[in-house]
Amino acid sequence: MIAFLVKRLFHALLVMFVISVIAFAIQESLGDPIQQMVGQSVPESEREELRERLGLNDPFLVQYLRFAVNAAQLDFGYSYIFNQPTTEVILRHLPATLELVAASTFLIIVLSVPIGVYSAIKPRAWLSRFFMGVSIVGISIPVFLTAIVLIQLFAIGMTWAPFPADTTWGSWLNDLITTEGGMPAYGRGDPLHVFGTWYTNFASLKGLTYLVLPAISLASIMLPLFIRLIRAEMLEVLQSEYVKFARAKGIRLRRIYFLHALKNTMLPVITVGGVQIGTLVAYTILTETVFQWPGMGLMFLNAINRSDIPLIITYLMIVGLIFVITNTLVDLIYGLVNPTVKLTGNPA
Amino acid sequence: MTFKKTLLAGMIGAVMTGTALLPAIANAENTLRMAYDADPVSLDIHEQLSGGILQLSHMTFDPLVRWSQDFDFEPRLATDWEQVDDTTMRMTLREGVKFHSGNDFTADDVVWTVERLKRSPDFKAIFEPVASVTALDDYTVEFKTEKPYPLLLNLATYVFPMDSQYYSGTAEDGDPKDEIVKNGNSFASSHLSGTGPFTVIEHQKGNRMEFQRFADYWDEESPGNVDRIVLTPISENATRVAALLSGDVDFIAPVPPNDLDRVRESHNAELVTMSGTRIILLHMNQERVEAFQDERVRQAFAYAINQDAIAERLMKGFATPAAQFSPEGYAGHIESLERRHDLERAQELMEEAGYADGFQITMMAPNNRYVNDARIAQAVATMLARINVEVDLKTLPKAQYWGEYDDRAADVMLIGWHADTEDSANFHEYLTACPDPDTGAGQYNAGNYCNPELDKLVAEANLEVDLEKRAEMLQQVEQTLYDEAAFVPLHWQDLAWAAAPNVDIEPILNVMNFPYLGDLVIEAE
Repeated sequence: MIAFLVKRLFHALLVMFVISVIAFAIQESLGDPIQQMVGQSVPESEREELRERLGLNDPFLVQYLRFAVNAAQLDFGYSYIFNQPTTEVILRHLPATLELVAASTFLIIVLSVPIGVYSAIKPRAWLSRFFMGVSIVGISIPVFLTAIVLIQLFAIGMTWAPFPADTTWGSWLNDLITTEGGMPAYGRGDPLHVFGTWYTNFASLKGLTYLVLPAISLASIMLPLFIRLIRAEMLEVLQSEYVKFARAKGIRLRRIYFLHALKNTMLPVITVGGVQIGTLVAYTILTETVFQWPGMGLMFLNAINRSDIPLIITYLMIVGLIFVITNTLVDLIYGLVNPTVKLTGNPA
Repeated sequence: MTFKKTLLAGMIGAVMTGTALLPAIANAENTLRMAYDADPVSLDIHEQLSGGILQLSHMTFDPLVRWSQDFDFEPRLATDWEQVDDTTMRMTLREGVKFHSGNDFTADDVVWTVERLKRSPDFKAIFEPVASVTALDDYTVEFKTEKPYPLLLNLATYVFPMDSQYYSGTAEDGDPKDEIVKNGNSFASSHLSGTGPFTVIEHQKGNRMEFQRFADYWDEESPGNVDRIVLTPISENATRVAALLSGDVDFIAPVPPNDLDRVRESHNAELVTMSGTRIILLHMNQERVEAFQDERVRQAFAYAINQDAIAERLMKGFATPAAQFSPEGYAGHIESLERRHDLERAQELMEEAGYADGFQITMMAPNNRYVNDARIAQAVATMLARINVEVDLKTLPKAQYWGEYDDRAADVMLIGWHADTEDSANFHEYLTACPDPDTGAGQYNAGNYCNPELDKLVAEANLEVDLEKRAEMLQQVEQTLYDEAAFVPLHWQDLAWAAAPNVDIEPILNVMNFPYLGDLVIEAE
């Protein structure tokens, strides 16, 4: 177990090292940070002075070594935009992103498990077909569009009046299909301070309303995938010998479905799910931009737009770390759920 | 179990203290919630010369004089000014003005501020002509220039007196409080004391900024009734518009051209547009392409490009087609100059110059700097195909584009320019003057156009105190640039703002895009 964790720690360091080298190698094409700091009429001599001060004129190797030595002491440099250590900036933006990912993950789990199981048990029911149809549509709509449509419907509101408004039934029907909007369209309102850099939206109903639309649009990418995955796995498990045997034995169907079958269905789902949570962090870039959600994704996009190279590199390294951590956790959980799997690969 | 209980108790405790600490907000207060595409990069108004910083300056400071909607000067902290001789101007300052810190505003603050401006990398170039500023008494300052300088009042719009006592001394980290550091943690980048209508309460960079009306604000005649401003930067165009339409914010800028109709038709918003002063143009590089040295070829390009089509169809009317640098209201503007779209004439000129079969060129444009910039470049490429010029177009994000621009990496390059001095001479100095790396002249002249006579004329105009004579000289410059087709002007980009119906933004807006929020009136609903 400890050997496994140590091995993973080395993985994490290796991943971060490789990312930092790549990020450093491409920083030339990330743009000129000086351009973002000075006004248009500033002469070249002033720019050169600033470039010198920031050490941007040094050769690649010198710049990288300076960075690597500092990074080994957990100093990842100063963000150009925020004038603060990049780790501090990221730490401040991290909670917002984690809360958004947590809310989406919650939505995905709560919705995908029952829907997936239901449509596997009753594959021919019209409700199952409906869910499968919707999930095909869901998988093919880009998150950007989902977000804009959600804002239009639930934040701005829609007036759509195909029925004669002067009749009672007409205005009644119109009211039925008209949404008034009213959900917040951007940001996270006034989240409550918990401790350190952590402000939370989970503390009040008002705070939760800010989370609803972004969480739904972020979940919309993964939800269809999980419904289909759970359904397919469940269908396969239901065909297996031990389920048939359990039925023949006369065990109640509910017990077979939710105790024996579901447990085995979840094995591959956990593997895929863990990897996808990492991907979800990456998808927050789009969702956070549309909803102006003040998390890491929005911060990263700003950093790219303004060539804040130290912040870009630190972000990439931290996202790499998050991927390694989630994968490690998945492997640990997998070992718990399925004791036949040995983490270290050695006979125990 | 006990651990869980402790955790729960802790969380409840945190929630309760959090609630108790929430500030009580009086109902009678007028709060303006506004969204710009970005927040100011710093609280130090001398750190960067940019639209965002100047907007902040007008909220938290007051200039000596400011521009009115029709390009006149309005007295602010200077109540009166007189030209003593060709190189001296005397300004009388307003009495009884207080800074946010409680200090009194005097002539010393003006002197201190101008001296700091002359140290700022971004501002020192435009304050170059000012030789000295002296305080004659507490409320009189004298500006001296080395040579006669006609634009001193234009410069005075950039002088936002800072609280010299507040910004003097050393900060906690041992650095002087008045130092100007780009992208560093100077005292001034996080502390602010001005004379302006609003004080900064909170600045979470990239996220939220909060202002409160300054209780001792001197301008008691101002109709403004906004007590609190919450500024949220929303960089995504669609989200900014959605925030206004859903009533989450009361005022947004800029309004993206694609959403103009949507905002105009909405009951929740009023749209205000103005013709702007930023010229979008194309440079034809004479050093890279021999053909561009021939005046006829440059003219052919000018004839081949249809500015009106771009302004109408591509920009959906959100641009004023141009034939020169200077927009209306500028000294050098010539009313009679017309756009010369005429395809036949363009083809004739190409033939005369011996390029009937055309040639190949490369072209570069940014794709996220100006409104529709990449699409404008594509339209131009199509138009040039009609005179057999084959364009290899590359569009880049602004972060990468300016590096290429400095390298003059393509034969035709697109740039937009706003004259910091709101004056015609500035266009020529940066965009068409003979390039000289030592003096910085023609820093953005990617056409390498060079006409020493024009340089001389502009230099003379900058010494001419008789404004009418000066206007004539600047018009002559515009005329020559037009005749020789030094560059291809496309249009002046329009400006657009939108606000909730009860927020009366029209009177406080101007083409410089410095909303005077101190004078903003929110009507009771």
